Amino acid sequence: MSMVKLTINNIPVEVPEGTTILWAAKKAGFTIPTLCHHPDLTPGGQCGICVVEIEGIPGLKRSCMTPAADGFKVKTHTPRVMATRRQLVELILSNHDTECLTCVKNNNCELQKLAATVGINTLDYGNALKEKLPIDRSSVAIVRDPNKCILCGRCIEVCSRVQTVNALAVNHRGFDTVITTAFNAGLGNSVCINCGQCVVHCPVGALYEKSAVDEVWDAIHDPDKFVVVQEAPAVRVQLGEEFDMPTGSLVSGKMHAALRRLGFDAVLETNFTADLTILEEGTELIGRLTSGKNLPLITSCSPGWIKFMETFFHDMIPHMSTAKSPQQMFGALAKTYYAEAKGIDPAKIVSVSVMPCTAKKFECLRPEMNASGHRDVDYVLTTRELGRMMREAGLDIREMPDEPADDLLGDYTGAATIFGATGGVMEAAVRSAYRLVTGRELEDVEIKPVRGLKGIKEAEIDIDGTKVKVAVAHSCGQARALLDKVRDQIAKDGKSEYQFIEVMACPGGCVGGGGQSWGSNIAKRARRGESLYEEDRSLPWRRSHENPSVQALYEKYLEKPNSEKAHKLLHTHYYKRSTVDGKVLPNK
Amino acid sequence: MSEKQCHCAEVQEEELYPRLEEVIMEHRGKGEDLIMVLHKAQNLFGYLPRKAQEMVAEGLNVSLNEVYGVITFYNFFSTVPQGRNSVKVCLGTACYVRGSQEVLDKAQRELGIKVGGTTEDRRYSLDVVRCIGACGLAPAMLVNEDVYGRIKPPHLMDVLEKYE
Repeated sequence: MSMVKLTINNIPVEVPEGTTILWAAKKAGFTIPTLCHHPDLTPGGQCGICVVEIEGIPGLKRSCMTPAADGFKVKTHTPRVMATRRQLVELILSNHDTECLTCVKNNNCELQKLAATVGINTLDYGNALKEKLPIDRSSVAIVRDPNKCILCGRCIEVCSRVQTVNALAVNHRGFDTVITTAFNAGLGNSVCINCGQCVVHCPVGALYEKSAVDEVWDAIHDPDKFVVVQEAPAVRVQLGEEFDMPTGSLVSGKMHAALRRLGFDAVLETNFTADLTILEEGTELIGRLTSGKNLPLITSCSPGWIKFMETFFHDMIPHMSTAKSPQQMFGALAKTYYAEAKGIDPAKIVSVSVMPCTAKKFECLRPEMNASGHRDVDYVLTTRELGRMMREAGLDIREMPDEPADDLLGDYTGAATIFGATGGVMEAAVRSAYRLVTGRELEDVEIKPVRGLKGIKEAEIDIDGTKVKVAVAHSCGQARALLDKVRDQIAKDGKSEYQFIEVMACPGGCVGGGGQSWGSNIAKRARRGESLYEEDRSLPWRRSHENPSVQALYEKYLEKPNSEKAHKLLHTHYYKRSTVDGKVLPNK
Repeated sequence: MSEKQCHCAEVQEEELYPRLEEVIMEHRGKGEDLIMVLHKAQNLFGYLPRKAQEMVAEGLNVSLNEVYGVITFYNFFSTVPQGRNSVKVCLGTACYVRGSQEVLDKAQRELGIKVGGTTEDRRYSLDVVRCIGACGLAPAMLVNEDVYGRIKPPHLMDVLEKYE
C-alpha cells in the first residue's frame, strides 16, 4: 500500500493512501472534534464540525471525508477553524431541544460533550425551536423525539445501508426537515424491525428504548409478586461498560449478585434456555437433514431478524426453525415448570428479562407468546436500563461479589454463552448435533470458521461422513444478501447449497445489540464477543446436552426434544407482514 | 347533486390506477427513474395519493420512505388533491414588505386551509410563490393564470369568488 506524507499542525505524519485527514490527525496526536461521524458508517459530512484548513486550498475542508494527500499542510485549530466550529455548534443548539437534565442521554450525549469541547459559553442565536413536534411513541420498543434530532443522518445510514430496512428517511426540507417514517406514521406503524441500531448510533437523545424500569420497580416492591429475572448471554460482557469497566469485561457472577441486591426473587439465566434451544433446534435440524425437507434450516433467536424475515422474506417461513428464542422459552417455562416445581401461583410470577436488545420488547408482546396461559415474559429491560436501575439503587458492578444463578433454570454451558456472538448459535448447534447424529462427542468443540466479524461466514461441517454446509450472517443487510442467494438457488436448482443458516439482526450478533451501552462500535463488539469465547473455555460443560438442569427438565417435564409438550411450550409460528406498515397481513 | 359529483371524482381516481400501473411497468425496478415516474403520476392524479406512492415504491423497488422523502422534499409534488383553482400569494421581497403576509393570512383564514392545502370542496388550493416578476404591483397574487396586483386583504375574497 502506498503511503502519503503530510503535516498536521507542523507535525509530520505518514499514512496509507486513502486515509482521511481525521485519522491522519489522530495519528499525529490531534483529536479533531466530530458530531455526525461514526467509525462504522460511511462519512456523510452533514455537520461540518470536523473542518480544517489546508494550506493553498481555499475554504475549509471536512476532515472526515477528505483523504490525506502528499504535501498537505493541515491546520486543525486556527482561529478561523475554531470560530467556525463554535458557530456550527451554536446553530445546531439553536434548533435543538436543550432540556439536557431530563434527557435520557444526559451525561452520555455527544452533542453535550461537543459543546463543552469546542467551548460554547453563550448562545448568541437563542433557540429557534418553534412549537415542539410530537414525540413518536407508536412503537413498543423505540421512542423517537424529533425535537432532539440534529439531522446527522446516522440512524438513516444504519437503517438503510447496514440493515436495509429503510424505516427512517429525511422528509420535508429547510427548517421543516425531519427524520421520520413514511407518511410520518410512526415507527410502530412502519417496517421498523425494532433492532435498535438507530438507537445505539444516535449521538443525542432523539432515539431511545421504551423503558420498563418503572414497571419492574413496581413489581419488585409489590410483596404479592414473585419476580424472576433472566439475563441474555451478551449482557454479561457489556454491563461492566455501564460502570466504566474495560470493554468486554466478563461479569456473570457480579451480574447475578447485583440482580439479587436489586430485589429480584429468583435470579435465573437465559443461558439455560439457550442450551434448551440448541436441543430443540438441533433435533429439528437432524429431522430436516433426514427428511431433506425445508432446507436450509434458519435460526430464529433474533426477534429483529424475525420481523425482517416476516416482512421482506416471508417466502422463507417454511425454512425457519420453529424453536422460540431463548427469552420466550424461558418465559414459557418460568410460569409452568418452574412455578409447579416451586409451588408458586404462576399468576403471581412477574417474568423480567435483561436483554442486549430492543426488539425483545416487541417479541414479548407478540400475541402468540402466551404458551403458559399468561404473558410468558412480562417486561424486557435493556442492558442500559439495568445499568440505570443499579445506579438508582446505589450498586456498582465493580463492587459486587461473584455469585451463581439460582437453581432449576440457572445452569448453563459454554455453548449457551457464545449465543451472544455472531456464529455462536451455529457453533453450539453443531456441538450437540454431532452427538445427536453419531452418539459420540465432538472432540474439538471450537468451530473457528464461523467466528469473527466477516459479513457472511461459511463452513462445511463433517458429521460422521455427512457434509453439512452452513452459513452465518450478522446484520440484516448481510442476511438479505445471503437470503437473496438462497432464494435464487432454490428457484434455479430446487435446493440451496446450504443446510443450516444462522442469522442475527445486529452487526456482531447480540453483543452489538440495540440495547447495549451508548457509543457502540465494531471494535467494541469484537472485544465483547472474545470475552464470551473466554467464558466458554472456562466453563466445566461446553456442550448444551451436558447441562444437568436441561437434562432434568426433559426427564421430569418435557420427556424429549420436540415432544408434544415441548412443541406446545417451546415452539412458535410466523406471519407474513406488509412492506408498507409492517403489520400482519391477512392469510390468503 | 353535489353528492353525485363527489362520487364521480372518486370513481375517476380509481380508474386511473391501471394507467399508473402501465407507467410503472415501463420503469419496473429502476429506482433512478423515481422522480420521472412521480411526475407522471402527479400529472395523472393531480396529486400523489398514498396508494400511488405505495405502487411506485413497489414497482421501482425503492423503499416507501425514499418515495415519501422525495415527495416531501420537492415543492412540485403534492400529497393532497389540488383544487380546481390554484391561488398563489407572492411572498417575494417587494410583495412581503408591502404586506402580502396579511393577504396570505387572510386567505388561510377565509378558506380554512394552510399553505399547501386544498379546500374540502376542492374549489381552491393555496400556495406561496417567491416573486412572479410583478414587483411593481406589489403585493401580487396569482389565481390560475391571472395576475392580481395591489391586493388588500378586505378585497381578497371579491377576487376569489369569481372563480368557481
